[in-house]
Amino acid sequence: MRRFLLTFAALMMAASAAQAEMKIGVLLGFTGPIESLAPNIAASAELAMQEATESGAFLGGRKVTPVRGDSTCIDAAAATAAAERLVNSDEVAAIMGADCSGVTTAVANNVAVPNGVVMISPSATSPALTALDDNGHFFRTAPSDARQGQVLARVAEARGITNIGVTYTNNDYGKGLANAFANAFEAAGGTVALSVAHEDGKADYAAEVGALAASGAEHLAVFGYVDQGGRGIIQASLDTGAFDTFLLADGMIGDSLLEAIGDALEGSVGTAPGSDSPNAKKFQAAAEAAGLKGADPFSAEAYDAAALIILAAQAAGSTDRAAIRSKILEVSNAPGEPIGPTELAKGLELLAAGTVIDYQGATDVELTPEGDASSPYKEYEVMDGKFTTVRIH
Amino acid sequence: MEVDIVNALVLLANFVVVPAVAYGSQLALGALGITLVYGILRFANFSHGDLMAFGTMVAILGTWQLQAWDIGLGLLPTALLALPVGVVAAVIVSLAADRMVFRFYRLRRSAPIILSIASVGVMFVLNGAVRLIIGPDNRAFLDGARYLISAREFKSLTGLAEGLSVRTSQVLTLALAVLAVAALFWFLRRTRAGKAMRAYADNEDLALLSGIEPSRVVLLTWVITASLAATAGTLYGLDKSFHPFTYFQLLLPMFAAAIVGGIGQPHGAIAGGFLIAFSEIALTYPYKKFLQYLLPEDLHPDGLVQLLSTDYKLSVSFVILVVVLLWRPTGLFGGRLS
Repeated sequence: MRRFLLTFAALMMAASAAQAEMKIGVLLGFTGPIESLAPNIAASAELAMQEATESGAFLGGRKVTPVRGDSTCIDAAAATAAAERLVNSDEVAAIMGADCSGVTTAVANNVAVPNGVVMISPSATSPALTALDDNGHFFRTAPSDARQGQVLARVAEARGITNIGVTYTNNDYGKGLANAFANAFEAAGGTVALSVAHEDGKADYAAEVGALAASGAEHLAVFGYVDQGGRGIIQASLDTGAFDTFLLADGMIGDSLLEAIGDALEGSVGTAPGSDSPNAKKFQAAAEAAGLKGADPFSAEAYDAAALIILAAQAAGSTDRAAIRSKILEVSNAPGEPIGPTELAKGLELLAAGTVIDYQGATDVELTPEGDASSPYKEYEVMDGKFTTVRIH
Repeated sequence: MEVDIVNALVLLANFVVVPAVAYGSQLALGALGITLVYGILRFANFSHGDLMAFGTMVAILGTWQLQAWDIGLGLLPTALLALPVGVVAAVIVSLAADRMVFRFYRLRRSAPIILSIASVGVMFVLNGAVRLIIGPDNRAFLDGARYLISAREFKSLTGLAEGLSVRTSQVLTLALAVLAVAALFWFLRRTRAGKAMRAYADNEDLALLSGIEPSRVVLLTWVITASLAATAGTLYGLDKSFHPFTYFQLLLPMFAAAIVGGIGQPHGAIAGGFLIAFSEIALTYPYKKFLQYLLPEDLHPDGLVQLLSTDYKLSVSFVILVVVLLWRPTGLFGGRLS
């Protein structure tokens, strides 16, 4: 009898140990064009998971463990295979990812929605994802470029720009943003003289700039990448004297642009997601204390994405995939007790006690019914050789 | 009205003539190397673009080292000082490739196509080596004064509505190209070794009979080719930027330039280089603003008046190549097609 009881107890422990963790997939481009960003994004998401585990308050002391998968950023087939593994073999409760808009669409359509798994992307910004037929499975903590297009149009308008040329990097991100901007800018009475794509990785962009200059545009909007064609376009514009100041989107906001171009950028303006709110600062301090770069792109968004999954599971009282899905909007949006970054323990305890919470996190996240973040944008202006925040939109 | 004509010409100079002259010089130097190898060693060398990339890479590494030591040329780019190192590296690499690959096929008198295919292999090896050593990313290594005259200075100086910018790298490209070509022609026409090379190119067997040492001719050919390649590559990198992949892409316009001029003919390669460069840039430039200056108001064009979208820039040299091969396969200066 004694032996039976011991065996029984051991079995129970084994069972509860298996029960004692919730797995979350971390699907990011650890190889490919954003491989330099991905480790920090992943670590930021894992910071939230670690916080929940250490609090001991998640579903009565369960652990939250990350399982990484490689989205490659560009290869939809590879990303789909990695997501299949996460969902069917590792049996994750939800996925924090993917990163780039193209692979994110593929994973949502082929894996997440058919298997009923929630996906929260920290960085996919294509406007097309808003209209994704996802049955409420897809969310993102990064704002859609449809919104950035509007903000950029407002910035241009406020600076008295009425006639502008647009050049964008030839992919989903660039195209989506250029369309959103053109629609908003023209609705406000401005004229887009010419909108042309540019290919990344060319040595010389003088021909593209020549076409933009000939169109009669007085200013140039550059929606590209800071280390790629976007920089080449700006260099060629300055070399030929075609344009002096630029309107820049988030992909162009980076110190390497200032290093490469120098003083000539003075007076150019741009936008990127972010805010100076106390929550953002609090997260940055916490991330830096943990050895992460909290101010880097999509770090705060990744933390929030992981936190939302954890809080939704707590609110549902289970790690069931469908239950998590039904609670995401509830924990992310008002009304409720506001929960900031590093306050996951408090949020988990309140939820356990049956209190309604409004997770604000590092990005003051508030989701639309379609699952898009409506978080703020910073408007930057280059002053004294630095990107200086002049306004929050 | 006269001001408008000047404005129109300045506009064209700024966006078409100045860039095309610089680009044409770079293509001409590259095409010269291709045409020399074809004329003397008798095969199309596909590794030429990556030989350029290799020489440029070493010049960039040298530039960085010099910058770290605070050695510079003031207004001129530091890369000029590092260029000899790049040239030496390119020469060593091309001689090594010849010793390890091309010599084997030359000694057994293989068909030119076999040598060409072997050069594709050399191309991949060089390509990989450059990426391993300096990485696949964009590198800017221009320092010193960027402009000889910037568009803004030109406007305030002349009071015209259009600016004309001339960059240091563009003038440097033209000057170095003229020097290199003059030196090459003097060498080929006036020196014993140069005459030996031309004799060898005309008829290998007769040259052997008259006592010309073939291994010496081969050595000289590679030394000249690699020097031209490293110079052209470094100038291209200074003028635009260094990106290993774009050097591979340069192969097509360079071959087109060599063939248009008549392959095996050095002066043909130069003419071809400029022809390709001017065609690429002039055909993709939108003439809307240019015509606005010249035409009366009611004739102003609505569209961009652009013959080809800029996306098709690279295909211009392809079209020229096909047209030349169809109607005048020997090129402008009657090259040889074996």
